[in-house]
Amino acid sequence: MALSGMRGLSVFISDVRNCQNKDQERLRVDKELGNIRTRFKNEKGLSPYEKKKYVWKMLYIFMLGYDVDFGHMEAVSLISAPKYPEKQVGYIVTSCLLNENHDFLRLAINTVRNDIIGRNETFQCLALTMVGNIGGRDFAESLAPDVQKLLISSSCRPLVRKKAALCLLRLFRKNPDVVNVDGWVDRMAQLLDERDLGVLTSSMSLLVALVSNNHEAYWSCLPKCVKTLERLARNQDIPQEYTYYGIPSPWLQVKTMRALQYFPTIEDPNTRRSLFEVLQRILMGTDVVKNVNKNNASHAVLFEALALVMHLDAEKEMMSQCVALLGKFIAVREPNIRYLGLENMTRMLLVTDVQDIIKRHQAQIITSLKDPDISIRRRALDLLYGMCDITNAKDIVEELLQYLSTAEFAMREELSLKAAILAEKFAPDLSWYVDVILQLIDKAGDFVSDDIWFRVVQFVTNNEDLQPYAAAKAREYLDKPAIHETMVKVSAYLLGEFGHLLARRPGCSPKELFSIIHEKLPTVLSSTIPILLSTYAKILMHTQPPDPELQNQIWGIFNKYESCIDAEIQQRAVEYHALSRKGASLMDILAEMPKFPERQSALIKKAEDTEVDTAEQSAIKLRAQQQMSSALVVTDQRPANGTPSGIQLSLVKVPSMSINEDQNMAEQGLSHENGILSKVDPQTPSADLLGDLLGPLAIEGPPGTDVQSQQNIVSGLENVPNTVEAAAIVPVEEQTNSVQIGIKAEWRAHQGRVVLFLGNKNTSPLVSVHAIILPPSHLKIELSLVPDTIPPRAQVQCPLEVVNLRPSRDVAVLDFSYKFGNNMVNAKLRLPAVLNKFLHPISVSGDEFFPQWRSLSGPPLKLQEVVRGVRPMPLLDMANLFNSFRLMVSPGLDPNPNNLVASTTYYSESTRPMLCLIRIETDPADRTQLRMTVASGDPTLTFELKEFIKEQLVSIPTALRSPMAATPAPPIPQPTSPAAALTDPGAMLAGLL
Amino acid sequence: MIRFILLQNRQGKTRLAKYYVPLEDSEKHKVEYEFRTHKVIYRRYAGLFFSLCVDITDNELAYLECIHLFVEILDHFFSNVCELDLVFNFHKVYLILDEFILAGELQETSKKAIIERMGELEKLE
Repeated sequence: MALSGMRGLSVFISDVRNCQNKDQERLRVDKELGNIRTRFKNEKGLSPYEKKKYVWKMLYIFMLGYDVDFGHMEAVSLISAPKYPEKQVGYIVTSCLLNENHDFLRLAINTVRNDIIGRNETFQCLALTMVGNIGGRDFAESLAPDVQKLLISSSCRPLVRKKAALCLLRLFRKNPDVVNVDGWVDRMAQLLDERDLGVLTSSMSLLVALVSNNHEAYWSCLPKCVKTLERLARNQDIPQEYTYYGIPSPWLQVKTMRALQYFPTIEDPNTRRSLFEVLQRILMGTDVVKNVNKNNASHAVLFEALALVMHLDAEKEMMSQCVALLGKFIAVREPNIRYLGLENMTRMLLVTDVQDIIKRHQAQIITSLKDPDISIRRRALDLLYGMCDITNAKDIVEELLQYLSTAEFAMREELSLKAAILAEKFAPDLSWYVDVILQLIDKAGDFVSDDIWFRVVQFVTNNEDLQPYAAAKAREYLDKPAIHETMVKVSAYLLGEFGHLLARRPGCSPKELFSIIHEKLPTVLSSTIPILLSTYAKILMHTQPPDPELQNQIWGIFNKYESCIDAEIQQRAVEYHALSRKGASLMDILAEMPKFPERQSALIKKAEDTEVDTAEQSAIKLRAQQQMSSALVVTDQRPANGTPSGIQLSLVKVPSMSINEDQNMAEQGLSHENGILSKVDPQTPSADLLGDLLGPLAIEGPPGTDVQSQQNIVSGLENVPNTVEAAAIVPVEEQTNSVQIGIKAEWRAHQGRVVLFLGNKNTSPLVSVHAIILPPSHLKIELSLVPDTIPPRAQVQCPLEVVNLRPSRDVAVLDFSYKFGNNMVNAKLRLPAVLNKFLHPISVSGDEFFPQWRSLSGPPLKLQEVVRGVRPMPLLDMANLFNSFRLMVSPGLDPNPNNLVASTTYYSESTRPMLCLIRIETDPADRTQLRMTVASGDPTLTFELKEFIKEQLVSIPTALRSPMAATPAPPIPQPTSPAAALTDPGAMLAGLL
Repeated sequence: MIRFILLQNRQGKTRLAKYYVPLEDSEKHKVEYEFRTHKVIYRRYAGLFFSLCVDITDNELAYLECIHLFVEILDHFFSNVCELDLVFNFHKVYLILDEFILAGELQETSKKAIIERMGELEKLE
């Protein structure tokens, strides 16, 4: 069957295949495209057959990866062909070449509708298929009722109805606001009784979409779903052709169980019992068999059943059955099943009371760490990390350490990080923790990030009991040959601080310590030398009475580095040298480091980051649902410097922690330190000579700083006069710990193209994501579909088109909500689609300006107002401000140097481009007032523009004035949370508007 | 749901591509190498890779077998399918796909139903 039935097409395909290289292929393709283009140009001579052939060729070329930027019209026009062969090509090629945003598609709506409501079944199918694949909003608006009719029509064959079901599904998914499904509950319930499996499969998909949107409305479908599942899994009551390797349509079973997961619980005891019976049957009746396909299919069903069981919070007995099953899976040969077994076990950790049962499989999970498949090894690592607690920490961490020496490079960093975190979290005693970290550094120094050794230093500093032990350990490692640079750093640091505690031990005199550390100096990088210099200074300080020989030796080193080219080394050498000559006062200056304030472990932060990588690398197989591994729950460390922020907490934390966090709020400024409640000094201790070393620990700054710096960026960009065609890119970021919303905008005349970037910063998905634009009446805004779920650590982009209809200062609001854990979070953000975005600066000469100015005489076209309470600023700043709003200042046009004249063009859909003229007369004696005159050809525009400018000029009482000065209107959308409103100039400004 | 389906040979030549989400052409061509926020389920048959890009929450094994069912249908239709069949009859493959998947969801899982339907359509040509 190698003939396509169209000779020309086959010849072309052969030609392309015979090309020796890419260049030849391109030549051949270009030639063909040229040919098609010419043929399409004089369309009159084209027979339907030829047209069909060319359109297929276009699709083929497109599929090969070449751009096809013409001929779309021809493809679309084939849809209206009267005969099936041409029509079919038109439909198929159109739905491959175009997407829902294409304007050409609108041209076809009428034909498509006629095909759908017509009598020809084949045409109905073609039309439904295309709308189902690429139908957009226009199609939803004009076709949804017809499609709905077909779906429930008793006279249509199943063939048409299954297509109608999925077509409706698409229209609903894309435009739930347009497709009216009121009263569809009963129809859906009816559809679920359908005997034809094709229609039932399609209807089940439709149900999933409907239920996920509004589960409450579809309660009555729940028992039907259970019945369907019984029919398939228990009674096997379906035609032979719908069984797949002996399994009754695994896909329909999976879909049905998916639908059931959207209902929060099952209240009716009978339904619940029947469902559990079926689930039990699935769980128990699935065996691992030889045939791969059968295996996959039955396990697809099984894993879905497991998900449903977890969702339903089944009894403990059933849960332990599930765990037992999973335990079996993680030991089978089939890698896909091992993978899913581990993954599902990780998810199981979230279910209470099963941890102990999971622990029984620890040995097998540890074996999986050595699996040949890296994604399985990663799963195993995640699972071990998640299941680790105080009882098994020692075993697991030691296992990880052992594995570290053989693990491949790609996993080592994650592995060492996780081992470090577990050791810190679950250490039965602190000396064990020190052992683990030092072993980590010893075995995989290259993969141990600085954070890890910073953390151990922090721990040792804060725990006096630990200090001699840690110092002794560090000393031991120094005896080893060729130790890792990080080991040199940490040992040097520890011995500098606490080496004197070892003084009486053999080999630990100051001199001996110095010489063994100094041996390493020639081998280290210049970034380590400052640490060694500090250590020398400390050793010197601890050597009482001073040992002149040692002193001279060390001074000699300081002396040598005083002329070092590295500024850090040089500075330390100079300072230590000078300080160490001060005798007794040296003791104060170089005294032991004070305890560190308890900070959020930088490691845990790091863990979140590392998990990004994992998520991305294995995203292929990652099922995001409830992916929150218990590891991340440890973020209940208090925020840095005891300044918790209301917004942060309410949005971010997982539910189980919220109580904890509330306490944080209550006891601000207090911190537990090794169980003792003490005041925490928010400042870094001033004697912190070595503080820079530990800098990275203080990653968490007060959230306020962040916001402000972002604003500065924004205002900075806005200040740049927009000389080129209005393509301003305004990076606006709204950021909380869980969501990041960014905006990129491009404005051209009266239109704007804005892309919202919705980023999920968590390691669990954001679900029930809704974003609605509440546009003011003067803007037409179309938001493309926002996905319901944002996967972990992912960002979705939602383009929106803005059209300005008429002048107004109202602001469009983005109503954004999502579900995090069990909490609905809602934020309303202003979009930067403000008046001045539709302005285009224009420079006018005096000859143009004055006649225009005179011709627009008096209200309502020309308005004048004396504005008081103006933020005082030099005239030059005001000119810059105007330019940044795209009001182009024409210097020298007004003879009075205290005045300022500006001009701009305003674009809207309803009017032609309108010239606007502005004149500001300032009073050098009183900069807080000025007289403003605005003129344009449209009264509303004049008024709105005048008010707009006024808003920018009057001063707004806020402490943080500077970043606002250049901030046009409210370019920064802010949540309407009260906490934000208090601290945030953007929000205040928005409030005042 | 299925975001797109791709069929490529070992040299990376695309033999079938169908998108159920609106993408720009440039994205379509790029997408064949990278796609972040979803997962790709793929299976290799001789020299051909069948890939499905699906939502991150979708059931992997179910879609893996969905690929196999599609291959079985092609195999049945072309009686012992090979890459060349798909190359020269790519338009037929699109037709079959449209009977199998619609709007990114499975439409029909009976091989028999699809083959019969293809028979009906061939008569109309």
